[in-house]
Amino acid sequence: MSRLTMTGITKNFGAIRALSDVSISVAPGEVLGLMGDNGAGKSTLVKIIAGNFPPSAGDIRIDDKPVFFHRPVDAQREGVEVVYQDLALCNNLTAASNVFLGRETTRSLGPFRVIDYPAMNQRAAELFKQLKSETRPRDLVRKMSGGQRQAVAIARTLLSEPKIVLMDEPTAAISVRQVVEVLDLIRRLRDRGISVVLVSHRMPDVFAVADRIAVLRRGSLVASKATALSSPEEVTGLITGAIEAA
Amino acid sequence: MTTLDEIIGQSEHKSVLSRITGVPAFWVFLAAFVACLALTLMTDTFATPRNLFNVTRNFAFVAIIAVGMTAVIASGGIDLSVGSTVVLTAMVISILMAAGYSFALSAFAAICAALAVGALNGVLIAYAGMPPFVVTLGMLSAARSLAMVLSNNKMIYEFGPDHDLLLWLGGGSTFGLPHPLYALVVLTLVMSFVFRWTRWGQYVYAIGGNESAATLSGIAVKRQKVTIYMFSAFTAGLAGILMTGWLGSVTTNLGQSMELAVIAAAVIGGANLAGGEGTALGAVVGALLIEVIRNSLILLGISTFWQGMFIGTFIIVAVAFDRFRSHRN
Ligand SMILES: Nc1ncnc2c1ncn2[C@@H]1O[C@H](COP(=O)(O)OP(=O)(O)OP(=O)(O)O)[C@@H](O)[C@H]1O
Ligand SMILES: [Mg+2]
Repeated sequence: MSRLTMTGITKNFGAIRALSDVSISVAPGEVLGLMGDNGAGKSTLVKIIAGNFPPSAGDIRIDDKPVFFHRPVDAQREGVEVVYQDLALCNNLTAASNVFLGRETTRSLGPFRVIDYPAMNQRAAELFKQLKSETRPRDLVRKMSGGQRQAVAIARTLLSEPKIVLMDEPTAAISVRQVVEVLDLIRRLRDRGISVVLVSHRMPDVFAVADRIAVLRRGSLVASKATALSSPEEVTGLITGAIEAA
Repeated sequence: MTTLDEIIGQSEHKSVLSRITGVPAFWVFLAAFVACLALTLMTDTFATPRNLFNVTRNFAFVAIIAVGMTAVIASGGIDLSVGSTVVLTAMVISILMAAGYSFALSAFAAICAALAVGALNGVLIAYAGMPPFVVTLGMLSAARSLAMVLSNNKMIYEFGPDHDLLLWLGGGSTFGLPHPLYALVVLTLVMSFVFRWTRWGQYVYAIGGNESAATLSGIAVKRQKVTIYMFSAFTAGLAGILMTGWLGSVTTNLGQSMELAVIAAAVIGGANLAGGEGTALGAVVGALLIEVIRNSLILLGISTFWQGMFIGTFIIVAVAFDRFRSHRN
């Protein structure tokens, strides 16, 4: 069975062809490392799966069921959650508020619906515990370390028991120690049976957690193979074009 | 060795004192209080019932709009058109009442006019993606001009059958306190609750904190922005109606350059012009400080021409203070 299947995905932005005929699938609990040079189309592919915009051609199946996303919430409803490249957090809000942003828990107070902060803090604390992250729900995100911010962004995805978590460069701008934390977080997602698509430029990170590696070059998929059967040298060659395909 | 549970469960234990002193509004209130104390000692005219009554009433108008402005600023925007919205609503209600319509109907129409101004601001900013500064600056000019056209260059001081009701609402008092102050208190309480406890309030801060994050989270950012500008215009409309009753007449320069005092009040009260921060109570306290300073200039015999200097300096100092604070963090 395949959790996510994409067939013949093509995306044009006016005259620019960002993706051409990309077919790829991800199994449940599998971590797919998606690599490629700047502008290769990685973020575009992630955004298509996340429902930010529709593909120009091609179709997407989740658990072998065809899906059509018009807006991000459509994708969310099908169990697709995203950690964006820039994390998309509000620095001025607490960790718990960020985890629940757009999906706040409310309770009724007379005729009004008010935000249930205690319930949100408690649930956020549970999620941080699951992720084994030392993150306090009531702290402002502004004051947090890069690793804690990652935990907040990832905890967001866990709110709704997702099937697929997409991560666009989660290890781009953080310290070595925090990278280790994030990779651990990714393994925890995988252990829960969640499929992860990890976009990254960092070869060691991808080789550390990915079960399979896919390489995009100028919008085309040039490789998709088990990590164990590949090597950093081969992937580098595939990214640059020194190796045509594998 | 502390466990993960303990660390996650920890909250910053803050004493009541450190919690209070962490709020910018507290320091502003303290400043206003000290200024009041100094004025009481330095002049015989400040602590008179008459003067205090005037101060509380005058500050209420600015404070009411400052609460609306706080929502706009906290969402990362700015509304320069509030002063013109004041004169437009004042003009609408006075023309209708002078034509013999009841207060209720005229006030309703006036508030609708204000909401229309806010909705137009909001739509141009949110849906057409134009900068708030430009849109509301254009509206500042357009709305006042429309008020002038409506006035037909006549001054209105007869308000039809509900004349006395209007004057009582804006200029009267109950239990020794001016009516606009009651409106302000209710507005402040309601909005403090809304900002803190409702999704609408939460989204104001979310949009001001990181608009693209809010959008990616599925928040209807555009619609929310329209409602925020409509709320700001509503507060301006409310103040406009009350000011009409207080003054007993409407001239076309009503509310002129009021936006500056309002923005200053919000910013002094802790609203962050970069978005993401601000409270209703802060705006009120900020407005109080401005009015006390303004009043002191008059009482101390300093030329009122200095007022603009004070307000301008206040805005710049408050923003500089903010910069300084965020640099340290
Ligand atoms: N909204 C858009 N409108 C027009 N062109 C776009 C848009 N988004 C992406 N592109 C183009 O599509 C191509 C692929 O971009 P994409 O962001 O997917 O690359 P990427 O692999 O994520 O690169 P990076 O590693 O730099 O993040 C680029 O040529 C880019 O300029
Ligand atoms: Mg990218």
